[in-house]
Amino acid sequence: MRFPTHTAPLPEAENSVRRVMTLVLLALLPGTMVATWLLGWGVLINVLLAIVTGLLAEAAMLKIRTRPVRPAITDGSVIVLAWIFALCLPNLGPWWLPVFGAIFAVVVAKQLYGGLGFNLFNPAMVGYVVLLISFPEPMTRWGPAIDVSGAALNFTQSLAWSLNGILPSGVGYDGLSVATPLDHVREQLTAGATIHNATASLFNGSTLLQSWNLWLSVAFFVGGLFMLWRGVIRWQIPIAVITGVLVMSGFLWLLDSTKHASPVFHLLTGATIFGAFFVATDPVTASTTPRGRLIFGFGIGVITVLIRSFGSYPDGVAFAVLLMNLCVPLIDYYTQPKVFGHKQAGKAR
Amino acid sequence: MAKMSPSHARSPQIARFAFHGGIHPPEHKDLTRDRPIKSLPIMPHYVLPLHMHIGAPARAIVQVGQWVAKGQVLAQATDFISASIHAPTSGVIIAITEHPIPHPGGLAAAALILEADGEDRAGEPLPPWPDFTTKSATELRGRLREAGIVGLGGAVFPTAAKLATGGTSSVHTLVLNGAECEPYITCDDRLMRERPEDILHGAAIVLHMMGANRCLIGIEDNKPEAIATLLTASAQDTRFETIAVPTRYPAGGEKQLLKVLTNVEVPRGRRATEYGLLCLNVATVAAIYRAVVLGEPMTERIVTVTGEGIVQPENFRVPLGTKISDVIAAAGGYTAGADRLIMGGPMMGFALHDDEVPVVKATNCLLALRPQDRPTTPAPQPCIRCSLCAEACPADLLPQQLYWYARAKQFDRAVEYHLFDCIECGVCSAVCPSHLPLVDFYRFAKTEVWAQERDHSKASLARERFEFRNERLERIKAEREAALNKKRQNLAVNTAVAPSVATGMDTATMVPSAPASDEAFGEYRPEPKALGTQRPGDVGTEPVILDSAVEAACVRAKARRAALDAERAQQESKLAPESKSDLP
Repeated sequence: MRFPTHTAPLPEAENSVRRVMTLVLLALLPGTMVATWLLGWGVLINVLLAIVTGLLAEAAMLKIRTRPVRPAITDGSVIVLAWIFALCLPNLGPWWLPVFGAIFAVVVAKQLYGGLGFNLFNPAMVGYVVLLISFPEPMTRWGPAIDVSGAALNFTQSLAWSLNGILPSGVGYDGLSVATPLDHVREQLTAGATIHNATASLFNGSTLLQSWNLWLSVAFFVGGLFMLWRGVIRWQIPIAVITGVLVMSGFLWLLDSTKHASPVFHLLTGATIFGAFFVATDPVTASTTPRGRLIFGFGIGVITVLIRSFGSYPDGVAFAVLLMNLCVPLIDYYTQPKVFGHKQAGKAR
Repeated sequence: MAKMSPSHARSPQIARFAFHGGIHPPEHKDLTRDRPIKSLPIMPHYVLPLHMHIGAPARAIVQVGQWVAKGQVLAQATDFISASIHAPTSGVIIAITEHPIPHPGGLAAAALILEADGEDRAGEPLPPWPDFTTKSATELRGRLREAGIVGLGGAVFPTAAKLATGGTSSVHTLVLNGAECEPYITCDDRLMRERPEDILHGAAIVLHMMGANRCLIGIEDNKPEAIATLLTASAQDTRFETIAVPTRYPAGGEKQLLKVLTNVEVPRGRRATEYGLLCLNVATVAAIYRAVVLGEPMTERIVTVTGEGIVQPENFRVPLGTKISDVIAAAGGYTAGADRLIMGGPMMGFALHDDEVPVVKATNCLLALRPQDRPTTPAPQPCIRCSLCAEACPADLLPQQLYWYARAKQFDRAVEYHLFDCIECGVCSAVCPSHLPLVDFYRFAKTEVWAQERDHSKASLARERFEFRNERLERIKAEREAALNKKRQNLAVNTAVAPSVATGMDTATMVPSAPASDEAFGEYRPEPKALGTQRPGDVGTEPVILDSAVEAACVRAKARRAALDAERAQQESKLAPESKSDLP
């Protein structure tokens, strides 16, 4: 009897790229829901626009590159990319921010590098940074999406604002938008206030504003724990990012606590938690060795705080991630684990 | 070594150490774990490949048409690393020919075809040595070599060579590998449960040979009956320790098991014996026992025939050379739809093209599967560098980097990333979410590196040959010149004119090899007394004439070359217009 052959091993394929990506999407749910609850429908509109555009861009690029379209579209990687990218966008921004950014992220940062697995830079962060540099003003349109009178924008109103810039009568943009905590502190500091006054004035504001960044961080932290539990990510990178942020901000804070925000403030505002669990852990662009991941994450944490404190942008996670992406080949090369048998001069017990 | 108290002997020790990574694939051992080892009837034909072990093929020492007895040597080991092959039953050698062998590439190789006479008549046996302690290690090694004993764990390395210590043995601990970590396989499990005394006896022989006094038996804890059996059987002998090893593939890898039991990591390229350790499979030591104490050569092995593609999965004691199709038939044949036959386990075995190949010393398992019993292997997707493979790798490699370099054919980088530390256990492929056939990439890279090395050594050999040839030509030239000088001298002597010593000196300074050739042409040396009358430095007239003859030859050669050049130029000019006409 004759048989068709196949080389061993013949494993049971339990895991798949799609499963990994689906778990990431599940982990993104709590953060996305809290963001929608706190910041309004604009968040979801951004996510949906980015996903649809990202999928179309990916399909078009694969067609052009004469690569099979279906497996790449259905593996979920574009959805994860677009989703993470869209969560970085201001909830009151115009429609073309997610659209343009997603196209840039997919076409340039992902497909032109060779598609999934071949990109050197985190595509979501590339898309975000391109928007941040090119369109600084629209990228500041953050706010709780609740009018001073307390009336929130519903979905159609949010969609109309995103697509046409039309607000319901009686609602003004200025009433909706509020500076993010990091923006606020930066403005106050440049205006000469001490960090104490700056943070105090921040938390004297709207009660929702007081907590939205905190609650977002908590929600993303929950999602991150889920990914750790399901083995999607390893502990090294998030822990190292958080450690980097705490160490660097703690150092600056100890140097001059009137000029620099506290480590806790740095940890709970901006994109620290989101970045630590969802952005820095992108396996393709992160270091893959256990020690390398610690270096990679720590670098992101330190650079983030340095950019926040001395750079010209309120948050620095995206830049920090991209800078550390650059270092990954070097880090990986020098942090190879010791191979079996090369660790110790063998000795019988 | 701690003395074992009787109460201690009742419960096994638990392995105290661990290796990095590993996985726990579905075991599927229930199919055969309770099937006792059965014998097979004598088949009409047996096919015995001359090369069923690591090392040099055996050399056939029987003739076609010759009747052979059971256990008779059919082919003899040809090298230090080689193993003899014996007749599994009595019968007639009907052919020595190329026959398909179990090979991933479906190759054929030289094999003896034995037609059984059905009488199963044994010839003159090897003398049984029940009291092996009176025999020296060298004698015992000789017996293992005579009996064709090879490692039955899968590597089929000749055991006599493995036990050779090159003088005094520093081995203090023998490790018996009863881990059997591959899914489906239960042949070692059955052996340990049914023949524990064979194993312990065999181990005792090896301990005696190596001068060791401690034997660790490592068994995965998914085989509690085997552990209990060996614990009971070895309860009276304090040299033995039975240790339960956590079930985790590939705990049965030699280096992994040594790590788990002794915490010693044996690096690539080093042998366990350098660390005072020796690892043998339980089936191998059982075969050692039979060879030494009973005088039985290796003519059979236990094979697990299993998988959902087999009607009645069984463990068989199979004479070597039995056709796999016969073994499968004895297990009730294939179930409907069985479409894959694997020799070995699902992790490290290989798929056979055909079942008309013989059972060889390496055949521990025959696994037949139906499509519905194995997941369809999905199309590979790009590597997302998730590094699950690195976490699972028992050799602490970075499989994702190896894959990258193998794929890009940057083999030097792959080697730098320890490609050759890969044991091809298949764990990385098993955990890969992108379903990449990673092990295939490493095998590919390894063969490419080997090919490069072969080419390189071939090239350097060619260079050496070329240099040697040049040297030889130079030497011949020098010798000719020396001979010529001798002639000149002779001429000079004959014509009673002066020189000769001077010319000898000339050649000595011009050509370093001249003195040697002087000796070679010693018989042409003129009479010493004639030489003694001559003054050095004088040059006669005859050599000048000879020189002019050489010059004339040179001129002729030049002319010939010029003629040749002219001819070639002519040909080229003929070709040139044609090639030009191709141009627009």
